[in-house]
Amino acid sequence: MGSATPLEDAIRAKLTAALSPLTLEIYNDSHLHAHHKAMAGNISKETHFRLVIISDVFASKMQPARHRMVYALLRDEMALEGGIHALQLKTLTPEEEKRQQKKKAAEAAAKEESAKKQDTAAAEKTESKAEPADA
Amino acid sequence: MFSRSVASSLLRQAARPAARPAVRAPLAAFRMPVAPLTPFQMRLLSDATRGAIDKAVASAPVVLFMKGTPETPQCGFSRAVIQILGIQGVSPDKFAAFNVLEDPELREGIKEYSDWPTIPQLYLNKEFVGGCDILVSMHQNGDLAKLFEENKVLVEAEEGEKKEQQ
Repeated sequence: MGSATPLEDAIRAKLTAALSPLTLEIYNDSHLHAHHKAMAGNISKETHFRLVIISDVFASKMQPARHRMVYALLRDEMALEGGIHALQLKTLTPEEEKRQQKKKAAEAAAKEESAKKQDTAAAEKTESKAEPADA
Repeated sequence: MFSRSVASSLLRQAARPAARPAVRAPLAAFRMPVAPLTPFQMRLLSDATRGAIDKAVASAPVVLFMKGTPETPQCGFSRAVIQILGIQGVSPDKFAAFNVLEDPELREGIKEYSDWPTIPQLYLNKEFVGGCDILVSMHQNGDLAKLFEENKVLVEAEEGEKKEQQ
């Protein structure tokens, strides 16, 4: 009895060995695509994967080159009949990941700030409305 | 913003006439009678296929190899790229789409030609740009808008406004 997730295992083993990633997230999205036409007659539960790979080896490489590295490592799994049908990739260096996190945090903070402003504005409005009643 | 939405509807309208002849013409080359391929031959891109793909890639400044047609994409990733090209405002007369589902030889050939195992694939002035994930992230971080602008493949804003006034 082999593993229930042989392709996921292969992805993890090959990418870990070759890219020594700081982060390797593997999402199996196959169930989301099980009913699409190209999957007719398919019985594999491992057809659509989404990967987030953060590794230093991507430094000074353009995105297509990074994706080609991953595709080359998984060539057999993708060529396999009933193997990987679709592979979504997010390939970042640790620095890029940090920058993205920062940007996200800044955006979230800005959103909160503007929400607060609206709250205060709304509060002031109700206050100013309330004042004449007090007076 | 306005011209962009105009451009995207233009893309949708024009995608049909623009895409159809482009799909037909090079496909004649793909339909040449060929003997069944041996496993060894299958790994090699034939000169005829390579030549046909060369022509396809050069058929317009922006060329998309996709599953289905711009009006009816047959795959969510191809659909996403079509939507991005519409939002960006790619000019319909600078765009051609090729449906790989219509031709098994193109479907396999383009993977080897680009050294890229998945569809969709986008070419800009004969240069490979990327697949769906790359285009989505370039769309989000602004790189794609810059690239399209530099290569002058977008619908001109003025042109869009003029059309709007008519």
